[in-house]
Amino acid sequence: MPLAVVLILLVVGSIIFHILSPWTFTELASNWGMVDLTFDITLYVTGFVFVVVNLFMAYCVIKFRYKKGARAAYEPENKKLESWLAGITAIGVAAMLAPGLFVWAKFVDVPEDAHVVEVVGQQWHWTFRYPGEDGKLGEVDAERITSDNPFGIDPEDPNGQDDIIVYNPEAHIPIDKPVKFLLRSKDVLHDFAVAQFRMKMDLVPGMNTFLWLTPTRKGRFEILCEELCGIGHFTMRGAVIVEDQSDFDTWLANQETFSEHNAKAKGDPVAGATQYAVCATCHGAQGEGVLIMNAPKLAGQSPWYLKRQIMNYRNGLRGTHADDMFGRQMIGMVATLADEAAVNNVVAYIATMPDNPAPATITGDVAHGEKLFRVCAYCHGGNGMGNESLNAPRAAGMSDWYMKRQLQYFKDGVRGAHLQDFYGFQMGLMGATLQDEQAISDVVAYINTL
Amino acid sequence: MTIALGFLGIILVTLLGWLLKQTINVQPWVAETVGESAHHGPLGNSPKLTGLLTLLAVVTAFFALILSAYALRMELGDWIPLTEPQLLWSNTVMLIMASIVFQWTRNAAVNEQPGRLQAGLLLTGVLTLGFVLGQFIAWQQLQNSGQLITSNPANAFFYFLTGAHAVHILGGMYVWARATIKVVSGSQDVEGIRRSIELCTIYWHYLLLVWLVLFGLLLST
Amino acid sequence: MSYAAIADRDHEREHHEPQTFITKYIWSQDHKVIAIQYGITAIFVGLIALGLSVMMRLQLGFPNEFAFINPENYYQFITMHGMIMVIYLLTALFLGGFGNYLIPLMCGSRDMVFPYMNMLSYWVYLLSVIVLLISFFVPGGSTGAGWTLYPPQAILPGTPGKDLGIVLMLGSLALFIVAFTMGGLNYVTTVLQARCKGMTLMRLPLSVWGIFIATILGLLAFPALLVSAVMMLFDKLLGTSFFMPAISSMGIDPGYTGGSPILFQHLFWFFGHPEVYIVALPAFGLVSDLLSTHARKNIFGYRMMVWAIIAIGGLSFIVWAHHMYVSGMNPYFGFFFATTTLIIAVPTAIKVYNWVLTLWQGNIHLRVPMLFAIGFIFTFIHGGLTGLFLGNVTIDMPLSDTYFVVAHFHMVMGVSPIMVVFGAIYHWWPKISGKMYNETLGKWHFWMTFLGTYAIYLPMHYLGFQGVPRRYYAMGNTEFLPESAQALNASITMAALLVAVAQILFFINIIWSLVKGPKSDPNPWDATTLEWQTPDHPPKHGNWGDKLPVVYRWAYDYSVPGYKDDFIPQNVPPDEAPAGREHGVKH
Repeated sequence: MPLAVVLILLVVGSIIFHILSPWTFTELASNWGMVDLTFDITLYVTGFVFVVVNLFMAYCVIKFRYKKGARAAYEPENKKLESWLAGITAIGVAAMLAPGLFVWAKFVDVPEDAHVVEVVGQQWHWTFRYPGEDGKLGEVDAERITSDNPFGIDPEDPNGQDDIIVYNPEAHIPIDKPVKFLLRSKDVLHDFAVAQFRMKMDLVPGMNTFLWLTPTRKGRFEILCEELCGIGHFTMRGAVIVEDQSDFDTWLANQETFSEHNAKAKGDPVAGATQYAVCATCHGAQGEGVLIMNAPKLAGQSPWYLKRQIMNYRNGLRGTHADDMFGRQMIGMVATLADEAAVNNVVAYIATMPDNPAPATITGDVAHGEKLFRVCAYCHGGNGMGNESLNAPRAAGMSDWYMKRQLQYFKDGVRGAHLQDFYGFQMGLMGATLQDEQAISDVVAYINTL
Repeated sequence: MTIALGFLGIILVTLLGWLLKQTINVQPWVAETVGESAHHGPLGNSPKLTGLLTLLAVVTAFFALILSAYALRMELGDWIPLTEPQLLWSNTVMLIMASIVFQWTRNAAVNEQPGRLQAGLLLTGVLTLGFVLGQFIAWQQLQNSGQLITSNPANAFFYFLTGAHAVHILGGMYVWARATIKVVSGSQDVEGIRRSIELCTIYWHYLLLVWLVLFGLLLST
Repeated sequence: MSYAAIADRDHEREHHEPQTFITKYIWSQDHKVIAIQYGITAIFVGLIALGLSVMMRLQLGFPNEFAFINPENYYQFITMHGMIMVIYLLTALFLGGFGNYLIPLMCGSRDMVFPYMNMLSYWVYLLSVIVLLISFFVPGGSTGAGWTLYPPQAILPGTPGKDLGIVLMLGSLALFIVAFTMGGLNYVTTVLQARCKGMTLMRLPLSVWGIFIATILGLLAFPALLVSAVMMLFDKLLGTSFFMPAISSMGIDPGYTGGSPILFQHLFWFFGHPEVYIVALPAFGLVSDLLSTHARKNIFGYRMMVWAIIAIGGLSFIVWAHHMYVSGMNPYFGFFFATTTLIIAVPTAIKVYNWVLTLWQGNIHLRVPMLFAIGFIFTFIHGGLTGLFLGNVTIDMPLSDTYFVVAHFHMVMGVSPIMVVFGAIYHWWPKISGKMYNETLGKWHFWMTFLGTYAIYLPMHYLGFQGVPRRYYAMGNTEFLPESAQALNASITMAALLVAVAQILFFINIIWSLVKGPKSDPNPWDATTLEWQTPDHPPKHGNWGDKLPVVYRWAYDYSVPGYKDDFIPQNVPPDEAPAGREHGVKH
């Protein structure tokens, strides 16, 4: 008897849970409302079966529970009943399948006028490529991928010259225009999923896949990677920004084309030397870092990383948090660098400085730190030298007190909180895995031994 | 995957068809005494043969799946057909001979001519080992001519297929060796020896068939 | 083997009668001992996997609160949890454990047809488990590639255990497949050839049908896993490019060209989908016998049940790519696979109807095995129905790779088979041990497990609706997720802890029963099937004493009109009056 009551309560409870649940599909932002409709049809059909069969079972458990002297009926089979049940089930299944196939037929049929956005995945970030004015994407090849040509575009291909490359995980698309996302991966499987769009598809290295949709709502929609792609899988985030055509055009015009990217002047260390004079007051003439000035060592740090951080300060992505006192100081200082070329110059100058390991100031349990560092090593390398393709800067031989402070910042959300500080956000997720200050000291103490 | 599905389809249709035939017109709830052989399987009273045929179905699934992978992989751009070593022809002849001699030995066992068993088994063994050795030499020749397993997917499949086939032959050689030892040591277990030889013969014919299919495929692609 | 041949073996049995402790319990060729060895090993690794799931739940419910769970071992935990539960626990327990124990007893045979190979099967299985467990302790740890082991990431840096871990995993799988094949040949051949006189196919209990068809599926599907494992080992160790395309991994070209990751997925799921039914069909079979016995009523629509098992088995080979709707395969395949997948719902639904109709007009004893059996029906309905969402290609788009999938497959091939596992262990425990278990403890175990698992998995579907992806170590700050999603996660973790702790009751019960449990009646449930009619209790080596049973009727003669008892064992001849026991069942 309790079993029957529980079965009834579970059925009723499940329905109530479903009705009261605040956890529903996210608000739709694409043309795929039909997916939701198909879902609803299936939900009602299956929900009906769930309720009826389970309530009938509960009824049987009550009505036919063991009674002394009672005897079960003897009925090996009932062909008529079984055929009826099979027939009704088949109809129910068809009712669920038909709309599903109908919608799928729409999915495989990409509208002719859909504009193309290429999504390129790699461990563990998203990048994008838009065809330029010629409307064609240039040929790509995995073997051509370098840090200067991260998309592996064929430099000889005329179609590729005007390709617009977006080397960060935020894509823009105009509202109400059908878009075909061409999906491509450089290394492992990834999956391009935006909950509000309802569609998702894997990125498969060695081949191109696609999905298409028409965005119907403006806003910023997060991309999550939904195919396990290694230890950083859960940090592989991005965003699609749906905006008016005019905003989109403005944004697109500000992005770099492949040929612009190639033609860009490299930094000039001689010019950088003069600009570095300002930096030298805190960071030291040789970029060796000065603890009492709270200025970390710069010499030997990965140039792409220095540039990104300077740009982040300039663009308000870093140092804006109320608790980041020293970061706020930096905002004022980087303002002395007039433009991107100046930043390139100063970074180029820093690259010429002698690289001596920063003095160790943090002590901790090195053995424990070594264990913790195993996770860090996936991106920053076993030797802590960093890896540009993973957006991981060098850690070994840099100012340990500074790393400790930054790890604490990442953990507390002081750094990496800005929506567009994508890589800082990743480090925030990773930094949070360090339990406490002691763990941070331990891992930094281990990095000192590298 | 169509190749694997085709083979599996044949196996499944055969088996499920037999099962349905056994079950379709039965009213199981009727209690009655049934005939002497109603509890036998599709092959009558022969558990070892049933076991062997089941194993062959599994091996068929195994090779069919590799062939499916072969067909799918072949369609991707970087496939360069491999020129098979000429030695494979003589290996094939050897395996055919082994099968023929085994059949001859089996007939001898069935017709109770024990004198022929020893010679037949030993000759089969020599021919079969010759085949395996020949395959190994063919590998060596390929290696020496720079056709490494990593050079091309066609090469990788060649090594994989021939290796997998050779492993199955060596597995059969284990049963062959047990039977041969019995015969050579003059065991009186005539019935057991006859069964072993019969089953081995089926296995040898089967692996010959697999090899002919593989060889044909390797030659044609 | 013919009846005469089995009789021939009767004298031979004398030599085979185990003598020493070692030959009786360790190097045993007795199917019952092998079954118990399989069972103990499978449950042991299952407990490890349960522990791993607790670790995962702790991280998901309370992110970053526990220092011993970092992203690296989190991914190792999910991988090993999945692999152990699917292969080393469920497959091994249903086929190696229940299959071994029940097939010869239910078919009326003395043992498996090839007892030596059967013994070897267990030892190779044990070896595969040991290799698997060793991988936890090698440098780099076990693989963290997810239980699907998708290349390229499985063998590239960026995934934990990409060197020794993945190699040992693949090696262990290869060993498992060898072990399974040796066992499987035995099960199939025994069912086909070693049934006792009068045991026609249509008189077999559904347990045997389920295990038999599942074994055939396993024999034909596991080669696909073997092929993919060997090819991936080649890619990893020899540098071939079966599955590995030209890539740039972390800025370095690892030297692969032209391979296809999708090819691996086809092979993997060609095994992986039948694998679902390799676990489900034995559960279907066993639960049918539990329901019929404890409801004192024949299983409703036996023939339809048999054909449904056969149909599901056959169909399971042409639905595999429904796991790959979002894999990037040719989208046109979606039409075919969605259709075949939903067609499977029909025979499956028929089975559910017939289980429930077996209860209709029964005389239901709600003993522990029956509680678990009804718990199975409830959870299986839930899990089966959610499968209709995911099988339908369109609805799979928003839901695949989210917690909806996790909830679905845990309900349908985690919780519901485990319900059957427990129900079946309680049901056959008196036969295995000769002792009774404690009913009260068993009921507590049921209630905590049943309600606890439902509290885990019902809410989990709703995380999926929201788009929470699976295999995420932490969500961090994700805009579209409300704070309440984390609260839901925390409550799921609490339920999971409860369920994990509740399993202690099961082991207490087993130990209590072995030490202090009362002796059981040889046929405590008044069941009809042959295993309850053995001359010795528990059955000895050779099962049937001097004389093999002869079968005259099907396995479901419960409450036959005109007979005094409400059951007639299968070996009672039609003209003989049923044993003159008191009407009804003592309990």
